[in-house]
Amino acid sequence: MDLATDDVLQMKNVRKEFPGVVALDNVSFEVRRGEVHGLMGENGAGKSTLMKVLAGIYQPDSGDILLRGEKVRFQSPRDSLQKGIAMIHQELNSVLDMTVAENIFLGRELTVPGTGIVKRRLLKEMTREILQQIRSDIDPNRKLRSLSVAEMQMVEIAKALSYQSDIIIMDEPTSAITDREVNILFGVIEELKASGKAIIYISHKMDELFRLTDRITVLRDGQYIATRDTSELTQRDLIQMMVGRDLTQIYPKEDIEIRDVLLEVKNLSRHNEFRNINLQVRGGEIVGIAGLMGAGRTELVESIFGARRADTGEIRVKGKPVTIRNPKDGIRNGIALVTEDRKLLGLNLKASVKDNIVIANLSAYTYLRQIINFKAEKAAADEKIEQMNVKTPSRNTIVGTLSGGNQQKVVLSNWMLTNPDVLILDEPTRGIDIGAKSEIYKMISRIAKEGRGIIMISSEMPELFGMCDRILVLYQGEITGEFSRAEFDQNQVMACASGFRKGEAVI
Amino acid sequence: MSIRKQKLSSVFFKYGVFIGLVILCLVLTFITPNFLTAQNILNILRQVSIIGMLAVGMTFVIITGGIDLSVGSILALSAVVATSLAHPDTYPLIVPIVVGLLVGLGCGVINGVVVSRWKVAPFIVTLGMMTAARGLTMVYTNGRPVINLSDKYNFIGGGYVLDIPLPIIIFVGIALIGVFLLNFTKFGRHVYSIGGNESAARLSGVNVGWVQTGVFALSGLFAGLAGIVLSSRVMAGSPVLGQGYELDAIASVVIGGTSLMGGVGKIGGTVIGVLIIGVMNNGLDLMNVSSYYQQIIKGIIIILAVLLDKKKS
Repeated sequence: MDLATDDVLQMKNVRKEFPGVVALDNVSFEVRRGEVHGLMGENGAGKSTLMKVLAGIYQPDSGDILLRGEKVRFQSPRDSLQKGIAMIHQELNSVLDMTVAENIFLGRELTVPGTGIVKRRLLKEMTREILQQIRSDIDPNRKLRSLSVAEMQMVEIAKALSYQSDIIIMDEPTSAITDREVNILFGVIEELKASGKAIIYISHKMDELFRLTDRITVLRDGQYIATRDTSELTQRDLIQMMVGRDLTQIYPKEDIEIRDVLLEVKNLSRHNEFRNINLQVRGGEIVGIAGLMGAGRTELVESIFGARRADTGEIRVKGKPVTIRNPKDGIRNGIALVTEDRKLLGLNLKASVKDNIVIANLSAYTYLRQIINFKAEKAAADEKIEQMNVKTPSRNTIVGTLSGGNQQKVVLSNWMLTNPDVLILDEPTRGIDIGAKSEIYKMISRIAKEGRGIIMISSEMPELFGMCDRILVLYQGEITGEFSRAEFDQNQVMACASGFRKGEAVI
Repeated sequence: MSIRKQKLSSVFFKYGVFIGLVILCLVLTFITPNFLTAQNILNILRQVSIIGMLAVGMTFVIITGGIDLSVGSILALSAVVATSLAHPDTYPLIVPIVVGLLVGLGCGVINGVVVSRWKVAPFIVTLGMMTAARGLTMVYTNGRPVINLSDKYNFIGGGYVLDIPLPIIIFVGIALIGVFLLNFTKFGRHVYSIGGNESAARLSGVNVGWVQTGVFALSGLFAGLAGIVLSSRVMAGSPVLGQGYELDAIASVVIGGTSLMGGVGKIGGTVIGVLIIGVMNNGLDLMNVSSYYQQIIKGIIIILAVLLDKKKS
C-alpha cells in the first residue's frame, strides 16, 4: 500500500506568529489512519500552538492543512470538531455544574423538532453507550463537579468519541491521573487505534511515548526537527533531538566567586506538596531546581517567599532564623520571587511600566512612608529601564502592550529594586523568544556577580545546565538528586525527575 | 488617515467625556436662555454636590474592582443619627457632625472587613448593608423624619461662603482629597494595583485586605458626610433620604471612564461624569421635559459613555 494515501492529515509549512515571538516556523506534520503519533518538544517548542491551529483555536499566518487529501481551513473550534478533529485539553474545559450527559452534548442538544425542548432521556442513553465503549460506568446524571480528575478525563474522551472524530488530540492526558487509570486510558487508546482512528499524543513522559506511539515528531523553538518510527529511536536520540543546540553560545555562564550562605532551608514541608526539603544558597551561586510539572517546585519556592505558608521546617537568612508568613515578610527578609506566570501573577498589565517597576519597593520613594515622591520614583524607574534594557516607548507606556521579553525585564526590574539577597526565578524564560532569553541570562549572571544568591526553576534542561552551579531535582515533592556542575548529565537528571534516586537509574 | 486626523481622533477619545460635557453646555446655552447664568450654574453644582461626594468614594471602590451599593442607605443612617443630635440648644455643632461621620465610617469598615476577611463578593456585602442600614434608619426614627434642627446645623447645607453655597465647597474639598489620596499616595497606588491584578499586588507585598477595607471605609465616610450635608440642606433627617443615590453615583463613575473591571479610573473623570448628569437633568428641566423622559435619556447616556470608553481601548 502506498503510505501517502494513508495520511489522514497533513499540515504543510504552517507558520504562526505572536507579537514578538515566532511560535511556529514552517512546521510540517503528518498523521496516518490507525496510528498513535507522539508529539514532543520542550515547553515553548510549539506543540500546543500547532495543536491549537489544528483544533481551530488559532488561525495560521500561512501554510496548508489537508484533511483526507482535501485542503481545509478551520475558522473555529466548532468547525474543526465537525470535520472530525477533537482535542482533549490539558486543562479540562467542562461546565462543572452540569451533568455528564449535558456536558457531552453541550451545544448540539437533540431537541423535539420545532420546540427547543431537549430530549434528555435519549441523550442520557447515548451518553451511556459512548461511555460503555471506553468501558466506563460513570452515571450520565452525575454533575461534573462530583467526578475525579480521571473521570473527567474519561468524559472528555467520551465527548471526543461522540463527535465521531477521526483524529483525537490528547495533550498530557496522564498529568493528573493515577497509574490504574493510566492503564485504562492506554487500553482505550489501543482500541481507538485498532478501529482506525488517529491519535496525536502530547507528553513529556518518555516511557509512555515509547509504550504507546508508532511514530514521534519532535519540535524545537517553533521548528520542525524530525519524524521517526518509535521502534528506531532511543531515549538518548529523543533528548538530543529536543535539545540540540550549542549550549555555550546562549548561556553566558561566568565563574563567580561563591561566598557565604545566604539562604538555608531545613526540613521544609507542606501537606501534599513537598516533604523534608533541605537546601542552601550561597552568594554568587545559581541553584537550579529541575523536575516535571506538578513535582512541587513552584509550591516550594512560593513557601520560601511567603506566598504560601509551609507546615513545618525552618528558613534562615544569612544565618538568622526568620518567620515568613506572607510576601511582605519575604520581601523584608531580602527574598524576591519572579513568578512563572507573568500575566497572571507578576504584572498589573493595565498600569504603566513605571508603576510596575516600583510597586514592590514603593515605600522607598515616599515622604513619611505615604506620600509619593514622584521625582525619586521616576529616577528609579528610568535607571532600571536603562540598566535592564527594557525596550519601551516611555516609562508611562502600559505594560500590557510590551512583548513578553520586555514584560519579563519589567518584572525583574521590580524585584531588583527591592535589593534582594536571594532572587528566586520560576521559569524565567517561558514564552520568550531566543533573543530576549539570552539577554535575560546575561542579567541573571550579572545579578549573581553582585553577590546575590539565585534559585532558578526551569523545565528546560539546557537552560539549567547552561546557567546553574548546582541542580536539585524534585520528584513528587521530594529531592531525588543533587548535581554539581561537574556531574551534570541529561539522562541522570531526567531519571531523577522521573522518580529514580540519583545513581539508581541504569540507562 | 492623515497624522493630524489621527491625532484629532485620539484627542477626541482621550477627552471624549469632557468634550461631551462642553458640547452639552454649548447646546443648552443656545436653546435655553436661562442656562448660562451664574445663578443656574451654582444651582447645578449644588444639586450635584451630594451625588458627587458619594461618587468620589465610589471611584476608589470601583478601581479596586469592587462596588458599593450601600452608600444611599449609609447616607440616610448618618443623616438621621446626626440630625437627632442637632436640635436647638442641645449639643454643640461638632457633636452631630463627628457622630454622623463615625456612623458612615463604621458602616464602611464593616463592608470592608467582610469583603476582605471573609471573601464575600462586594456586590453581596454592600447589598446586605444597603438593606440593613435602611432598616436601621427606619427603626431609629420610627419611620418619621427628624425635624426642628438648629440654625447652625442648617447652615452646613443651606449656607453660603463668599456667595458660594457651602455644599459646593465641601464637594470640591472632597474631590481634592480624593485626587490627593488616589494619585499622590502609596495607598492610591495600591488601590490601582489591586484592581489591575490582585495576585500580583499581593505578591509584591501589598496588604490587600487593608487596602480593600480602606476603600470601603472611605466610601462610607464620604456617604456619612453627604448625609449630614443633605439633611441640613432639606432641614430634616428623613429616613428615606438618598434612596437610589448609589445608582447615580455608580453611573457618574462609569460615565467618567472608570472601568467596572477595576484598575483604571480617575477622580477627574468622575467629577465630569457627575457634572454631565447634573447638567443634563438641569437642561431637561429648563426645557420642561418630564422627569420620565429624563430617566430614559440618562440610561442611554450611561451606555453611550461606556461604548465610547471601549472604543478608546
